[in-house]
Amino acid sequence: MAAQSYGLIATFDTTPDLYHAAEKVRDAGYRNWDCITPFPVHGLDKAMGLKRSIVPRISLAGGLTGFCTGMSLIAWTGGVDYKLIVGGKPYFSPMFAFPVSYELTILFTAFATIGGMFFLNGLPMHYHPVLKYEHIRRGMDDQFFIVIEAKDPRFNLANTKALLEQAGGKNISELEA
Amino acid sequence: MAHSEHSAHAPAILSEVKPAHLPRAVMVANNRSFSWITEKICGIIEGKTPTWWWVCFTVACFVASFTVAGIAYLIATGVGVWGHANPVNWAWDIVNFVFWIGIGHAGTLISAILCLLRQKWRTSINRAAEAMTIFAVVCAAIFPVFHVGRVWYAWYLFPIPNSNAIWQNFRSPLEWDVFAVSTYGTVSVLFWYIGLIPDLAVLRDRFFASGNKLRSALYGFFAMGWRGSNRHWSNYEMCYLILAGISTPLVLSVHTIVSFDFAVSLLPGWHTTIFPPYFVAGAIFSGFGMVLTLMLPLRAIYKMEDLITQYHIDCMCKITLATGTIVGYAYSMEFFIAWYGANPYEGFAFINRAFGHYAWAYWWMIGCNVITPQFFWFKAVRENTTFVWVLSLFVNVGMWFERFVIIVTSLARDFLPSSWGYYSPSIVEIFTFFGTFGVFSVLFLLFIRFLPIMPMAELKAVTPQADVHGGDHH
Repeated sequence: MAAQSYGLIATFDTTPDLYHAAEKVRDAGYRNWDCITPFPVHGLDKAMGLKRSIVPRISLAGGLTGFCTGMSLIAWTGGVDYKLIVGGKPYFSPMFAFPVSYELTILFTAFATIGGMFFLNGLPMHYHPVLKYEHIRRGMDDQFFIVIEAKDPRFNLANTKALLEQAGGKNISELEA
Repeated sequence: MAHSEHSAHAPAILSEVKPAHLPRAVMVANNRSFSWITEKICGIIEGKTPTWWWVCFTVACFVASFTVAGIAYLIATGVGVWGHANPVNWAWDIVNFVFWIGIGHAGTLISAILCLLRQKWRTSINRAAEAMTIFAVVCAAIFPVFHVGRVWYAWYLFPIPNSNAIWQNFRSPLEWDVFAVSTYGTVSVLFWYIGLIPDLAVLRDRFFASGNKLRSALYGFFAMGWRGSNRHWSNYEMCYLILAGISTPLVLSVHTIVSFDFAVSLLPGWHTTIFPPYFVAGAIFSGFGMVLTLMLPLRAIYKMEDLITQYHIDCMCKITLATGTIVGYAYSMEFFIAWYGANPYEGFAFINRAFGHYAWAYWWMIGCNVITPQFFWFKAVRENTTFVWVLSLFVNVGMWFERFVIIVTSLARDFLPSSWGYYSPSIVEIFTFFGTFGVFSVLFLLFIRFLPIMPMAELKAVTPQADVHGGDHH
């Protein structure tokens, strides 16, 4: 294992090439690896063996919090803290509290979803070995990369390189950490 | 799409029935490559600022100064400088507010509802339409915020503890509106920003390569260190889907709550249950009008015919036709219910709309909203871009008149003939409203100069070569 190496990066020119290579890397049993693509490639999650994202659970928690916040805010302000009769209506009713609680459900869900996505992705992260790769610009444009990290238990410079080559990867090079 | 799962072992019946081969609509014409898309869209930002941009920007700034002047005068003097007087205490301010909010709704419709419905044609127009939403909400917010009179107390709209220890009246639809519109603005900005992240990363790397370190750092800061990782895309796409999923009920609720401002009151002409769906349809109608107004010139200037194809224009025209027809139905249904409900006050309110002092506004509304969209039935019309653009202007005008008719005619002839009146806007109101078109244009011009006007990542994903099975649809 290379001491100061982050891992190996291989280039692919087309989406089908990347897709089939990803299947091979997955089947070889690697865990710490990734694909770099300029757009979300449909079906690649399956080819990489990724599980369904857990962002929706965070969203649900956010939504429930938002709804409860709205209801309790209105119940406490109008029904407990400062009771005021307006138009002969009750101090609190879930009916008139609903529209505001509904909006807060959506607002909190949005924040939870986005916060959850950033948290799960470990972003913002402005420094990353992959971003130092000289051709990474193409990975935002029209090329595809597979990165296999050196910390993967199956990583072995020669064997991993052979696997990437056999999978059709070009320009296989080491990334410095 | 479902059939694609089985095509590997197609049922025998298929060879007998010989299903017709339906060509798929092409989203990016002329088989453009990924890098063509990147170059095309980034080229707009990286190229020299065109002369027309400076001309438009100068004009837009000048127009925007009218809003600044109108508002400055209002702050210095008081809200009485607007033409409101009994019985019409809501007028242009609310008309303009509803008008601008409605325009914003097409942006959310395109980005959220069409995303859920897997309408791939949305991709090339969604970024600009979302920008339009945000800028429209900015313009809309100006009016209620300054209508409160002493604008430095506008924070009283939010439940922030204050020295009077009193809280907001949550029984009022106006307070619901505060939450609806502020949530709408916030979620629209977030949705837009999330969509921008991968494209900002493209710009970061391109400016870095061309040696512009400052712009690279600026775009890079907002790109959050995006690196195109598929593990990230997986969470990102789920995030985007959920945002689309929550924006859909959001956009419907916002205009529903806006319509509650009227429908929950007891005024004849306002107190109708048809308002929520009618307002939502009207909002989408006006919003698509504005999308066409903005996108057709952009398409011509930047030679975007391969990205905004005739198919896109067809789709937008058809939605305008559908929602415009719903609006026309709502107008006639209001009249029918006013008659069928046998309430003389309700009946009077509607007869008065069509034949009273404000009949000119009513017929403008009918002409622009009911008749204009009917031209979109014809293919020849939809293929004539100039004509479509002119029709879209009529849609914008008509929808402004709709709000004017609903709000002003109902108030000008309220319960007691002794208090009836006729409302005309003051010059300050006219300045303020006229200027919002400048505010909107300034923001939109800055957007097309500094941000990618189309989502590159999403466009690439709908090209044939993005398909992992080589474009033959599984």
